[in-house]
Amino acid sequence: MSQPIVSQKTYLLVFLGLVVLTILTTGVAFIDLGPFNTVAALAIAFTKMMLVILFFMGVRHSSGLVRIILVAGFFWLALLIAFTTADYRTRYWTSAPESWSTTAPPTHP
Amino acid sequence: MIETEAQAQHAGLAHQFEDLEQQQDADALGIWIFLVTEIMFFGGLFAAYAIYRWLYFPAFQGGSHILDIRLGAANTIVLLASSLTMALAVRSAQAGHRRSLLLFLAATVILGGIFLGVKAVEYNQKFVEHVVPSLDWAPEGQTLARLTPGGLEHAQIYFFFYFAMTGLHALHMIIGVGLLLWLVLRARKGDFNPHYFAPVEVVGLYWHFVDIVWIFLFPLLYLIGGRY
Repeated sequence: MSQPIVSQKTYLLVFLGLVVLTILTTGVAFIDLGPFNTVAALAIAFTKMMLVILFFMGVRHSSGLVRIILVAGFFWLALLIAFTTADYRTRYWTSAPESWSTTAPPTHP
Repeated sequence: MIETEAQAQHAGLAHQFEDLEQQQDADALGIWIFLVTEIMFFGGLFAAYAIYRWLYFPAFQGGSHILDIRLGAANTIVLLASSLTMALAVRSAQAGHRRSLLLFLAATVILGGIFLGVKAVEYNQKFVEHVVPSLDWAPEGQTLARLTPGGLEHAQIYFFFYFAMTGLHALHMIIGVGLLLWLVLRARKGDFNPHYFAPVEVVGLYWHFVDIVWIFLFPLLYLIGGRY
């Protein structure tokens, strides 16, 4: 802690940026970009998150210890999502032996 | 270290710490580790959401299009504004401005209350449209027409996610408002000064975290597959 006092103007500008990004993400949803609608929504959400973390939460001025804890948290979240997704997405590549199951595998896109 | 000794007399210093700076570092570390556990807590829901959205995308799209995008976007801005007032409250505490600290804390409470109020209106709308899984699931008319292409039972899964994720988020907001009211009481007593304002900063970090969760919930729940 013992962080420098950030000017009110900086906080206001960050807030304005966040509002503009919210309007942008809502607007983009009305344009057909195919799969890139999801990419755009997540990219904008990530940018907004970084603005909040760096400015409102003051991680810009935080110690390396705080930063590494934060990065570790997101690293474990990435592992959780990546491996779970990898499991489910490859499950139906080969069918299970008939003796394993009496029900048909769920349909998937 | 005369200054440190003077600080050590401060009522806010717990006896297990050498001085206020060490206490502040410990407080910061503690809240950040807590927030990491919160990332994992919400992360489980987000991971499950990612799987089911992939499996039943048309149903998720149909469910998403029943939500009121205007209320969702407006509420996002309300919550972002509450993060702004929270950041300004921490700044006021840092600078030792008690009046503006109280003002910004109160503003944060009010904005948080508005968010929860809008959320309540939205939840009520779900009951009106009968799209509450298990409790009141009987969509009809236009709602039914939107949900049918993806499969009704799969649309229920979407609404389970909707209520679980926004409900857990709302619970965090309610806890946050409680913590803010506690800060208001303490600030009124004059407990905080530029040397000791850790509770304000810790609650602030928690509040911003809850804001970040919503930053992801808004596009993931309201904007699935576009609205064109």
